[in-house]
Amino acid sequence: MAAAFANARYSRRRRGNLIATALSIGAALFGLTWLALILIVLVVKGVGGLSPSVFTEMTPPPGGAGGLLNPIVGSLILTVLAVLFGAPLGILAGTYMAEYGRYSKLTMVVRFINDILLSAPSIVVGLFVYEIMVARMGHFSAWAGAVSLAILVIPVVVRTTEDMLLLVPNTLREASAALGVPQWLVIRDVAYRAARAGITTGVLLAVARITGETAPLLFTALNNQFFSWNLNAPMASLPVVIFQFALSPYADWQQLAWTGALLITATVLGLSILARMLASKRVLT
Amino acid sequence: MALQSVPIQVRVGNDEQRARILRRFRIGDRTFNILTQASAIAVLVILAGVMISLVIGSLPAWRAFGFDFFTSQSWNPVTEKFGALPAIYGTIVTSFIAMLIGVPVSLGIAIFLTEICPEHLRRTIGIAIELLAGIPSIIYGIWGLFVFAPFFQAHLQPFLIDAFANVPVFNQLFAGPPYGIGLLTAGLILAIMVLPFITSITREVFETVPPVLKEAAYGIGCTRWEVMRRVVIPYTRVGIVGGVMLGLGRALGETMAVTFVIGNAHRIMPRSWRREPRSRPPSPTSSPRLPAISTLPRWSRLASSCSSSPSSFSL
Repeated sequence: MAAAFANARYSRRRRGNLIATALSIGAALFGLTWLALILIVLVVKGVGGLSPSVFTEMTPPPGGAGGLLNPIVGSLILTVLAVLFGAPLGILAGTYMAEYGRYSKLTMVVRFINDILLSAPSIVVGLFVYEIMVARMGHFSAWAGAVSLAILVIPVVVRTTEDMLLLVPNTLREASAALGVPQWLVIRDVAYRAARAGITTGVLLAVARITGETAPLLFTALNNQFFSWNLNAPMASLPVVIFQFALSPYADWQQLAWTGALLITATVLGLSILARMLASKRVLT
Repeated sequence: MALQSVPIQVRVGNDEQRARILRRFRIGDRTFNILTQASAIAVLVILAGVMISLVIGSLPAWRAFGFDFFTSQSWNPVTEKFGALPAIYGTIVTSFIAMLIGVPVSLGIAIFLTEICPEHLRRTIGIAIELLAGIPSIIYGIWGLFVFAPFFQAHLQPFLIDAFANVPVFNQLFAGPPYGIGLLTAGLILAIMVLPFITSITREVFETVPPVLKEAAYGIGCTRWEVMRRVVIPYTRVGIVGGVMLGLGRALGETMAVTFVIGNAHRIMPRSWRREPRSRPPSPTSSPRLPAISTLPRWSRLASSCSSSPSSFSL
């Protein structure tokens, strides 16, 4: 028995296996190291600038003291508007694909197109909104920024809504239909309620996605040095301000950029974890 | 009040009440049906709109420069002569480097997660890798510019220059002063960004392999690597290619991370992958200040014709 394992070919095969295993473990460590490096640097460099003034003062001119109030509020406004525009549209489209048109041709086409939109570069979406809104209106605006973010929200919400609604067992729908409930009430009161956690997860994931998006905002909402509620004018947003400050030669601006980056990453990771927790509870509710 | 205690005539109601309720149900059904169908069609309209606006928006550039746009290197706002060749070159080279590094590493991570990793760590490490996908690209950019590029400049690039100094082809690619930023840095950062996408798809397709196939291979004495190489990877070849295409699409379209570390010099330098051409989804700002509004429409026209190509690739 031992003789079978003594030859050269077997040791060669074992060696190859060992090398491949080591390389695989190395690859995993490689990926994890970058994640750790990025997060550690973010925390170390960003925490230094974290203080109440970051949340209460406007962006300063270089050399002045200030905070990130207008980009934070601007980002919040843009995100809320984007979700307001994009999430209902996405949920309704996903509902059609899962309920009314489950086996129809239109659904197959929309599913395919949706996956394309999902991986479209965001700068292309920004250019599109520039062409149809900013160029027509003649000026940059928060509305245009919100629309471009909404176009990024829609594919995520459509996909998760359709997936979650398809997971609801048909027996539930059949049971309520047997009681004489019309289809739209079956969808509203049974399917939506069962898929509630999943659909919320989809919206949270969409928000996490648009939180860090810079490129579309560069063409649509531009940037604003001052605090503004005016939706018809350029509006500051955290990613664009980080972009501007990080590429500048001023140390205090760069510090604010790191703090802003820490805030964005904390938001995105927090939303992702929240979405994951919600998604894992869905099986129980 | 329980339903059973209500007398049956009240429970059932009369014909008129029933007709009214049924009409409400019918109208509601039709309205909701139309509403959801319109939303589904709106998704189609949005994508069609994006494609059409790209084509229409880039028409002036096509008319002005023709095919020269793809072969000329000049970018002269004064004489209004623009050419995208350095940008196209930069995009292709950085994406190529990203794939070169990213695909083997992603395969390695997927193999680790599906075969080698202990059961209780699998979920955690999988989530950690997927967190890499969640980090916004501008974070990669600012991290790359302030942390990675200086490290690269101080340690890795001198090492590479020395290592390849006598190798015939590569010493042209790795020559010149180490800037820290450039094509190689951008390619490496893109590789890290692309990792989680390829990894997650590869993991999924690895899990679709029927256990019977793997067990049969183990049964005749194959080592783990032989099972992966001879059974699993050939079985999932198509899925892996799909994942790689997805990663490539992301690498081609990535703007913000590349803008920070590629240098944005609008020329192709014949030597060195550590130099600074510009990558195609161009930074509309070659300076920290946003350009004056009058030049932005022109930028967008040109940027439109630049963007038609990466988006049509990912399509």
